Amino acid sequence: MKQYPVAVRLASAAGAVVVLAMAAYVGWAREPRTFRLPPPLQAGLNDIKLMASGIGGAPPEAFFAMGKPYEAGSFELSQGKRLYSWFGCAACHGDGQGGKGPSFIDGWWLYGPGLVSIVASIRDGRPHGMPAFRDKMTADEIWQLAGYIKSLGAYSAHLSAPGRNDDKSPIPAENRAPAEILFDPGPTPHHPDQGPTP
Amino acid sequence: MRSKLNLRAGGLLLALPLCGCNGTQSALHAEGQAATALKGLILLIVLVCALVWIAVVGVLFWALLRRRTEFAAGNKIHDHRLRLAVYSALAATAIIVAGLTVASFYATRALYSSHPPDVIVQAKAQQWWWQFTYADSENRPLFQTANELHIPVGKDVLITLEALDVIHSLWIPALAGKQDMIPGRRNEQRLHAERQGIYRGQCAEFCGIQHSHMALVVVAEDEDDYAAWLAEQQKPAADPITAEAEAGRAVFLGKPCAACHTIRGTAAKGSTGPDLTHIGSRQTLGAGLLPVTRGSLAAWIADPQTLKPGNNMPLVPLSSDEVRQVSAYLEGLR
Amino acid sequence: MTKDDPILTPRDTDIADAELHARLMRTWTSPPGLWAAIATVDHKVIARRYIATAFVFLILGGILALAMRLQLSRPEARYISPDRYNQIFTMHGTNMMFLFAVPVMEAMAVYLVPLMVGTRNIAFPRLNAFSYWMFLGGGLLLWLSFALDTAPDVGWFAYVPLSGPEYGPGKRADLWAQMITFTEIAALAVAVEIVVTVFKQRAPGMSLDRVPVLVWAMLVMAFLVIFAMPAIMFASSTLILDRLVGTQFYNPAKGGDALLWQHLFWFFGHPEVYIIFLPAVGMVSTILPTFVRRPLFGYMLLVGALIATGILSFGLWVHHMFVTGLPRVGESFFTASSMAIALPAGAQIFCWLATIWAGKPVFRVPFLFVLGFIVTFVLGGLTGVMVASLPFDTQVHDTYFVVAHFHYVLVGGAVFPLLGAVYYWFPKMTGRMMSERLGKLSFWLIFAGFHLTFFPMHILGLIGMPRRIYTYQPELPWAGLNLFVSLSSLVLAAGFLVFFIDVVRSRRSGLPAGRNPWGASTLEWATASPPPAYNFAHIPVVFSREPLWDEKDALPVTSGLRTDRRELLVTSLAAAIPQARESVPEDSLWPFFAALATSAMLIGSIFTPWAVVWGAFPMAVTLIGWFWPKGTKEEMS
Repeated sequence: MKQYPVAVRLASAAGAVVVLAMAAYVGWAREPRTFRLPPPLQAGLNDIKLMASGIGGAPPEAFFAMGKPYEAGSFELSQGKRLYSWFGCAACHGDGQGGKGPSFIDGWWLYGPGLVSIVASIRDGRPHGMPAFRDKMTADEIWQLAGYIKSLGAYSAHLSAPGRNDDKSPIPAENRAPAEILFDPGPTPHHPDQGPTP
Repeated sequence: MRSKLNLRAGGLLLALPLCGCNGTQSALHAEGQAATALKGLILLIVLVCALVWIAVVGVLFWALLRRRTEFAAGNKIHDHRLRLAVYSALAATAIIVAGLTVASFYATRALYSSHPPDVIVQAKAQQWWWQFTYADSENRPLFQTANELHIPVGKDVLITLEALDVIHSLWIPALAGKQDMIPGRRNEQRLHAERQGIYRGQCAEFCGIQHSHMALVVVAEDEDDYAAWLAEQQKPAADPITAEAEAGRAVFLGKPCAACHTIRGTAAKGSTGPDLTHIGSRQTLGAGLLPVTRGSLAAWIADPQTLKPGNNMPLVPLSSDEVRQVSAYLEGLR
Repeated sequence: MTKDDPILTPRDTDIADAELHARLMRTWTSPPGLWAAIATVDHKVIARRYIATAFVFLILGGILALAMRLQLSRPEARYISPDRYNQIFTMHGTNMMFLFAVPVMEAMAVYLVPLMVGTRNIAFPRLNAFSYWMFLGGGLLLWLSFALDTAPDVGWFAYVPLSGPEYGPGKRADLWAQMITFTEIAALAVAVEIVVTVFKQRAPGMSLDRVPVLVWAMLVMAFLVIFAMPAIMFASSTLILDRLVGTQFYNPAKGGDALLWQHLFWFFGHPEVYIIFLPAVGMVSTILPTFVRRPLFGYMLLVGALIATGILSFGLWVHHMFVTGLPRVGESFFTASSMAIALPAGAQIFCWLATIWAGKPVFRVPFLFVLGFIVTFVLGGLTGVMVASLPFDTQVHDTYFVVAHFHYVLVGGAVFPLLGAVYYWFPKMTGRMMSERLGKLSFWLIFAGFHLTFFPMHILGLIGMPRRIYTYQPELPWAGLNLFVSLSSLVLAAGFLVFFIDVVRSRRSGLPAGRNPWGASTLEWATASPPPAYNFAHIPVVFSREPLWDEKDALPVTSGLRTDRRELLVTSLAAAIPQARESVPEDSLWPFFAALATSAMLIGSIFTPWAVVWGAFPMAVTLIGWFWPKGTKEEMS
């Protein structure tokens, strides 16, 4: 019966424990879910540079400094999803397929698909009935909601996209890329007045 | 008998608070009909079980330390006597267990009365606070309040239990045992306070990051106080009387506050957060987190995510003047 | 049969002991080297790995417990954030149940059952190797997720909807669910092996009424695993489906039900307690007679109690759901059935007391742990009677009373016997004795530390402290007791530290043990310490329940097995009459590769359902390699 020397066994066991301990420390030191955004960062998030046309623009420095959490962070996306129902977005946009307001999953973005444009739409409002949420939501909430809305229209689901809701929603869950499943230009495009779909 | 029971539980009672400033939250400090019945049952079962434990450990020590005579394994007489002892102990176990089961059945029957309640309150639990809706005799909703339940002493109060997101559990140990609130189901809880007082309760089912800070207070008061409270709560919010509070109202309505909170009589009609129409009259804020004072209101508004990390109220950037004004306004909403 | 002529094939008949030993070692030993160590199918090597890994998880889980006690030592403490605390208590429960308690009990079975029934290896030894690698994979998955701050934070019970798609963002709950799948596969594999080993590989003459009580306990445990674990695998798989694919199992708005989860979870979760507890009482029933120098009193009653506990354990799960608002009549039934389990538990305790009464106690460390077990477990059992009462439970459910109760049952009822078992079988596993002096020190530290830590929690629960809270407010009257509990937990931790020091020290420099240092009666003590790779040079023949006490001079043995390949004896189920010589598998790397392929598939399926499809191909390849026919057949004799 072959046996490794005791020292080798102990050393490897100790090594494994050390590796786990170091990994635990790294995890501990890594920033957890952000719940509290200090006011200076919130002010920074408002600092978007929008093109004169109101379509497209550059995200603020604070966004990059924070590590761009709002596009892919699973917690931020799921918070965005909760904000979507809390702030009554469904009243006009339905479950994402649109209603009085435009759809998010038909592949067409009136003001471009960029995150900054969506943030601007929510924050400052848009013509034809989109109200401004500047005084109703905090800056980080607007970014969370915008990130979620952007992910709704994605043609391939992001790994961190939220799952289905516990409700009667008829559209597929966000992590199954509803835009990809439901997109169907049909005999006439959804928005014939706006030219061919992108 | 009762005093003996209390002696047995003396160690436990010593640890009891006489009255915390938030009210008591203890199954042994029973002030409700159900809780009193439960306390009797708890003391009975604890006493019986304590005696059983002492007996078993006593026999163990006797068996270990007894003086041994010459003993041969397989001795027939010994084995016979041992078998007899084991079977009698087993029979005693069966009797005790059956007795406790019957006692439980009777206690259960005493807990759930079937006569119609005097008051019905609708409770909706959500992450991490309680919403209570009082209704008139025709079951039309009168008003909403949060994290604070007022009930008349000596009356049967029926609480209908619903959960709006995840599972919660309503537990006010001084009044009754707990009952879960489960999405998609409707449960009921009956409260019957025997004495006036303030009783603290807490969510008892793990419900996420702030499960620890999801408390409520129950104010049991006499019929007149209760009626006065009901009348007061139905009124719309008081108008601010100072300039500072007046400015506070403007800040409240102009900032994200109003998007989530309702203050009846103003333009604030949000439904995500608790109704604040009479926040100044409540005992606690943040679901039992802090007592309602001007200072704690200001601290909470200035930085809710440090006081209760992860809760659903965002940190709204306000200047220190604005914080002072809003807290003055809210404190005045009595 | 002619080509198997004993003259042409080497048998173990009529050769000297030394020569037989040399030949069997050649056949049964794994060659040196890392790959050979991975390929080994020796049940003793795998069991020792299993036990050592499980104890590493015990240490890690214990550190988490200390972290929680630090956070709770004073009101509104801010040592640990609520998010991290929720991960920690989830990890503590999940780790202790799925990575320590169940695996360590099964590993003890993997080590002891083949030796106690007198055979040379466990049934399906490659499955056994596979099981260990799956267990290790599950453990690493969970702990790496903790290191990366994505550990599950939904409690070890993971109630929906909190763990469901809407309220459990990220991959935390998925990691929990797949970790469950890892450990359940490992546990089910071991359970199947134990059942077959006990039914078909017992030494000739070991009829069912001569099977050691520990082996009975392991058999009942294995059946509990086989019947209970599928419920949780179904639950965790449907949870993942809800989260990842958008099925509606737990969505009340579309006809699902949040309570379905609780039924499934506790239909597994309650037997789970007995999966941990029954092996422990088996250990007690084995250790006790050795130290009172008398056969166990009431063998039939004890075995009957084990089986009755196993059956009853499937009829109690609703007592975890007394406050969910189920119909009263049903709940009352479950009060009665939960109370009824006190009877088989009581029967066992009375039999042990009778055994002690009739014997002559020798106070060695394993016996001390058994005594500590009785004192502690009786208390835990009685608080179990309390929470079985529906009205009582409405006040203590989900409070620290329940935390105290199940630590009394699981630590007092399972870890104490386990530590006693380590002291008892350490000489067999390593050939060296553990220290009596350090053993007594660690016993008293653990015993005192345990009661000081957990008894006050009963009181905390009754005065209103709920479970799973990361902090409490200063005005609540819990601070004093919590600080006391936190300080006491240091005593408990010190006890475990002494225990581990003793293990490491004794492993290197303990006194040599010899075959049977305790003068015990069961078959594992009939072979050398540590046992050779082939366990027994000749398969023993059994004529009584205490073969080593009744056959003082020389154990009767069989002969006629081949020495040039790995052979053991298959016997009949009830009377253990020899039926066949079975040749058992050689070492193989395929189980390791199969475990790697399965792990890759399971981890992939956290992220995309397609991983199940693509992952099936490597799994198929490894399984085909594993099961490729070798051409040896069993022979009737």
